[in-house]
Amino acid sequence: MSDSTVEELVIISGKGGTGKTSIAASFAVLAGFPVIADCDVDAADMHLILAPSVRERHEFRCGNEAVIRPAGCTGCGKCLELCRFGAIVAGGEGEAYVVDPVACEGCGVCVRFCPARAIDFPEPLCGEWMVSETRCGPMVHARLGIAAENSGKLVSTVRREARRLAGENGSRLVLVDGPPGIGCPVIASMTGTSQALVVTEPTVSGEHDLERVLKLARHFGIPASVCVNKWDLNPGMTERIEALTVRSGARIAGRIRYDRGVTLAQMQEKAVVETDTPAADDIRRVWDSLGL
Amino acid sequence: MIVSVASGKGGTGKTTVSVNLARTIGSGVQLLDCDVEEPNAHLFLRGNETGSDVVTIPIPEVDESLCDGCGECSRLCRYHAIVSFGSTPLVFPDLCHGCGGCALVCPHGAIRETGKRIGVVETRDADGITLIQGRLDIGVAMAPPLIRAVKARLKTGTTAILDAPPGTSCPVIATVRGSDFVVLVTEPTPFGLHDLRLAVDMIRELSIPFGVVVNRMGAGDDRVHRFCRGEDIPILLEILDDRRIAEAYSRGELVVDALPDHASHFATLLWNIREETRNTGGQAEG
Amino acid sequence: MKVAFTTSGTTLDAPMDPRFGRAQGFIVYDTENDTFEAVDNRQVLNSAHGAGIQATEAIVRQGAGCVVTGHCGPNAHRALTAAGIRIYSTEAPTVAEALEAYRAGALDTLNSADVDGHWS
Repeated sequence: MSDSTVEELVIISGKGGTGKTSIAASFAVLAGFPVIADCDVDAADMHLILAPSVRERHEFRCGNEAVIRPAGCTGCGKCLELCRFGAIVAGGEGEAYVVDPVACEGCGVCVRFCPARAIDFPEPLCGEWMVSETRCGPMVHARLGIAAENSGKLVSTVRREARRLAGENGSRLVLVDGPPGIGCPVIASMTGTSQALVVTEPTVSGEHDLERVLKLARHFGIPASVCVNKWDLNPGMTERIEALTVRSGARIAGRIRYDRGVTLAQMQEKAVVETDTPAADDIRRVWDSLGL
Repeated sequence: MIVSVASGKGGTGKTTVSVNLARTIGSGVQLLDCDVEEPNAHLFLRGNETGSDVVTIPIPEVDESLCDGCGECSRLCRYHAIVSFGSTPLVFPDLCHGCGGCALVCPHGAIRETGKRIGVVETRDADGITLIQGRLDIGVAMAPPLIRAVKARLKTGTTAILDAPPGTSCPVIATVRGSDFVVLVTEPTPFGLHDLRLAVDMIRELSIPFGVVVNRMGAGDDRVHRFCRGEDIPILLEILDDRRIAEAYSRGELVVDALPDHASHFATLLWNIREETRNTGGQAEG
Repeated sequence: MKVAFTTSGTTLDAPMDPRFGRAQGFIVYDTENDTFEAVDNRQVLNSAHGAGIQATEAIVRQGAGCVVTGHCGPNAHRALTAAGIRIYSTEAPTVAEALEAYRAGALDTLNSADVDGHWS
């Protein structure tokens, strides 16, 4: 029942497009009915492989957003003067100023200091999160509205629901497909997980970004392992990356070869390990090395 | 002219397009690497560093001798970055967005603002290309203020290429706002198309003219082309799925240098961007 | 003295929640008259940042003088300390067992944060 009995593996990449989601989908097949959490909420792609049927939909609201009531606005310009985010812009006909919702950070300074009290502060709808059934296990996934802030909060919501489901179903594992980068949503997807697998590629960018993402894992005390995808594109760089992995105190989880069959599997909406392309064996070995 | 290079999905070749486009334009161009979580352009355009500035956001500092613990600051702060339990408030710098509200609302003038480091902006010169890149400190969650600091160094009157972070959330918006044109880089795959749709919705919301570069042509099928035809979106360039490109990229080499047979592609792309901006010039929607 | 226990349930036999800021809720137990009240923390659970700080504010509102939990991040630790609330750490599986340990004086005081706090 308690969270502590559930393992949580987060798959991250630093740099985007390294094959993280293809590998995560394969792990979903290999893990034997885990709970799947697609935390790449900005560009959630896991559903394209796992074809979920949605069981529940929930609205996601985050923060507040300033809205000027034209009828109350005297056009004094106090909001423009105080806003540090460039979110107050000249309005059209009959509106001295309007709030640009994309730029508004929801700090509420304009709301508090408007002399005419003409600024409302509603909680906007920022997206939705869903609980679905897939052939590999239940999945929690989300969709963030355009330009919505706070994807970190949505990531936290998706993970919390996935953990709750795992508790209810008696699942041993929550598999988290994390977002790229090292910012807010990545931090939200990895803190408190049992281990992180970093999927990288043997490129100068892969090496550079790996260094940053491993520092992040260390910063938050998450045990990390690294697998090099498309390793044979540059064997020399693969060795450098593995050396960097060891130097950084992380574990080497294996190599996956460059294989066009990985894209072909995606075209057929299959996980790589559901096909007999050579890279499937490599992915199985990486999975076995994680000891889950 | 300001051209942003963006993509819904990461790893589609955004940086490849940005750096090769910059090299094709040549001397005088500015390349702004706005992917401040993972800046990569410098790996391809090495050059010499010509400057480095620390970027800070303003955070509150409370003068205990003036504070009477009234808690006004704590009630105003939406981020729980300043909290009072009936005595001098505590400041949590990592939660502060730097809105300045607490200093404004304090009835005793007990709060002044001080800078908190979030990262650096570095400037490099690479054979006449000015590369300006932001680098967010590890563990810092707030990218948009650093992106704004990178863009504040943009000189008007020259061509600027902005390499955006992947995705469609706040850091991407902070980058592409104010651009004259956006190049969306994608792949002809299910993931590529799905994420392209999200990126197109975002760019349309911002009313900036845009076109698409299809990378790794031949790796998937024609779904991206069909989508673009249906939506009347121009395809600016197709880059073939060529293992040699992936290998050159892995070594940190520019396509235009390593594979001369592909060099003309980027000249074509530049020409197409100029054509598109001429066609849509002055109009809001692309 | 009111003592707040982090938990995912609403009764004394409910399991302890090892997290502080992102606990599902609290049971606030009054040792003077042996009564308790369950406090929902899910609103805080949903916020992206500052969960430990908001949870501290909730505990202060309840008038609790100490907190019994599993782990505590740096922001929550600073906030609780500033609010004059003592922090005890336990691995007891249920609220009832944690309460027993508290009464027996068998709990360790957390004098510093023992986990990294962000969004965990």
